[in-house]
Amino acid sequence: MPLWTWTGLKAGKAATRWPRSGSDGQEGVLGMPRLDIDKCRSGCDLCISSCPTQAIHLVEGEPVIDYGRCIVCQRCVEECPEGAMQSSYDWAFGVRQRSDLTWSAALESHEAEHLRKRIASSQRRSLHIRHVDAGSCNACEAEISALDNPFYNLHRLGIFFTPSPRFADLLMVTGPVTAPMHDVLLATWEAMPEPRSVIATGTCAVSGAPMDGGYAGGAGLEKILPVDIWLPGCPPNPAALIHALLLLLERMPQRVTGGQYAE
Amino acid sequence: MNMASSLNSCSTRLVAADQLVAVAQECLNQQMRFLMAWHDWDDQTCVVRYLLSQKDHAEFVLLEVRDTDTLPSLAALVPLLGWYEREMHDLGGLEFSGHPESFPLIIHEGFSISPPPLGRTAADNPLQAHLQGSYEPPSMPEVQGDQVQDLYWGPVRADVVETGEFHYSYIGEAILHYHPRLFFKHRGMEARFAGQDAARSVYLAERVSGVGSACHALAYCQAVENAWGIEVPLRAQLLRVIIVELERLYNHFHYFGQLAKTTTLKVGAATGFLMEERVKQLASQLTGSRYLRSLLCVGGLRRDLQAEHLAHALEGIIDEGEAYLNRLHQTATHLDRLMGTGILSLESAFDQGATGPVARASGLDRDLRRDHPYAAYHKLRFNVPVREKGDAMARSEVRAESLREALALLVQASGRLKTGPVQAEYTPPSGEQQGLGWAETPRGTLMYAVRIRDGRLQRVKIKSPSFSNWRVFPLTVHGTNLMDYAINEASFGLTIAGCDR
Repeated sequence: MPLWTWTGLKAGKAATRWPRSGSDGQEGVLGMPRLDIDKCRSGCDLCISSCPTQAIHLVEGEPVIDYGRCIVCQRCVEECPEGAMQSSYDWAFGVRQRSDLTWSAALESHEAEHLRKRIASSQRRSLHIRHVDAGSCNACEAEISALDNPFYNLHRLGIFFTPSPRFADLLMVTGPVTAPMHDVLLATWEAMPEPRSVIATGTCAVSGAPMDGGYAGGAGLEKILPVDIWLPGCPPNPAALIHALLLLLERMPQRVTGGQYAE
Repeated sequence: MNMASSLNSCSTRLVAADQLVAVAQECLNQQMRFLMAWHDWDDQTCVVRYLLSQKDHAEFVLLEVRDTDTLPSLAALVPLLGWYEREMHDLGGLEFSGHPESFPLIIHEGFSISPPPLGRTAADNPLQAHLQGSYEPPSMPEVQGDQVQDLYWGPVRADVVETGEFHYSYIGEAILHYHPRLFFKHRGMEARFAGQDAARSVYLAERVSGVGSACHALAYCQAVENAWGIEVPLRAQLLRVIIVELERLYNHFHYFGQLAKTTTLKVGAATGFLMEERVKQLASQLTGSRYLRSLLCVGGLRRDLQAEHLAHALEGIIDEGEAYLNRLHQTATHLDRLMGTGILSLESAFDQGATGPVARASGLDRDLRRDHPYAAYHKLRFNVPVREKGDAMARSEVRAESLREALALLVQASGRLKTGPVQAEYTPPSGEQQGLGWAETPRGTLMYAVRIRDGRLQRVKIKSPSFSNWRVFPLTVHGTNLMDYAINEASFGLTIAGCDR
């Protein structure tokens, strides 16, 4: 045992200080595609037919992306002949309003509610999470678990996982919500004390895509729970998860508005 | 219409339903081993297939029973088929007479779906029915007796874990009976493939089990490539090896982190998880995806990867990984908890269908990479570690050796890379084809059987390693104690998504 203590001390700190400083650890991780509408050629629908989750559709002859259905497969980027769909490193996609995940030309800004600010400030330095897997492929679990590894070291931000929903401030849901998990998920939610919040974690939990429409799968949380943060990503990487958590606590700004990513 | 196409790498034998038990016994006598069973519909005609491997690594054997959806159960003779038969019953509406454990498996008590989602009529419209119902406890045989206590743990359990409900009957510390109830996460993955474009459904395979994305993509692509007779270029074959060995590497580091966590070795756990993170960061720098997704396609790779300098990038991970494994192997408090814990005998491993490191730790010397080579494995040298004792210690030793082999394979494969194309040119043929693809995942044998008509998938069967190993795991829990449970479970390294599908 002393050997382990010694090796641990010798190895020193592995934790990043991100977002304050240092690396977020996501170098090279491809994010959601960007749409350069000026390059888009009318009458072409290759991006729409290439998308396996129907995340792109035409509105008045122009493609509109619903990032809440994007699984980051990069196929539209490969298929677009004009280079209008561009791969990006945009992954910090946590938003408060589901509608912010849909591309719209007009930038809208949403005023944060007074009550939300008060709740966020009460939990700002101590947030306890209960995670529920409602039918994920386990990549989201792997990324949520990674938050506790020495690199991300979530505890440094005052955020912890708790076994009991009774002690939880936040419900973090993954998966499209399969039929047998529907009531189980609601029971977990009911067991949580107020004030309580929900993060729809991963594209499945946001919209069900690509697991919606089957005989056993659901269509995400939209009609099931009052969601505070929508976080698409397949899976959302640990830094995107941290961004969504800090967004909930009003400690980091939202990056995406009207489907557009702010630098 | 008749199924003219046959499955690659298999010698097929048509068997009458009333001869099935005798033929199965004959196969067992020849030391063949059942790998999986699945059903399909040939124009309303039921076809049940049993895939077997032979002792001398000769081609697979396929038994086919046609024209009946009521078959004699083989579960008493070949216990590992018990779950496959129950799955065919729950999802396909087939009947297996004389089944020794005819309890619901995939469709829980309290839930129903009609018609069955993979049944006779569902092929025309796979999305017509929905799973409906509400929770009821499992209808398992109860263990009754003085002082016997029952514990239902789950489906929402402590920590960040996958959903499952575990039922223990115990006295004090001793577990008399243990029953894991899985399939809460069943997403109907096999039905999702039906009707999809075979060339563009890799993304679905990648989402069956997230931590097995690359192996699922590989097995799926190989099944379609075998069906269509596509030769994948050498560079793509080597890069495929690199991709799946990176997946093996981060899974094995995770395994040791998790195992050390259960033996309360905090720094050991932290080190394992940190090594896992470093491999994932390396993977994302190389490929753009921490889970090695969106890389494989039917015919090769979607884009070329610059993996020539991988050996250099791995240097630190090789040295620190070796030091980490050695340190674990010298920690008595850790090893004490593994030795003699959760023993799986060779006989049980064979009969119940254990696969991967779990099987190799019980003396079953099997590895698809060596026995039925795919991708570029026939050009690479590696050892297949085997142990005899079948306890948690043996399972961790097999994983440790396999981790070292994965590192060696990565260095070897990256050193062999030569410039060349990474995608084969092909045109999807019309008509009907079938294909079998497989991969040795970090957890064991993964198989995809596909049937394609005019470029569209008609039936996809996925045999995942965790489906096999979850079936085996309870046998090592009965008669042990609660203190060892978590350690034993970690030593199996199971996923639930892969099992539930």
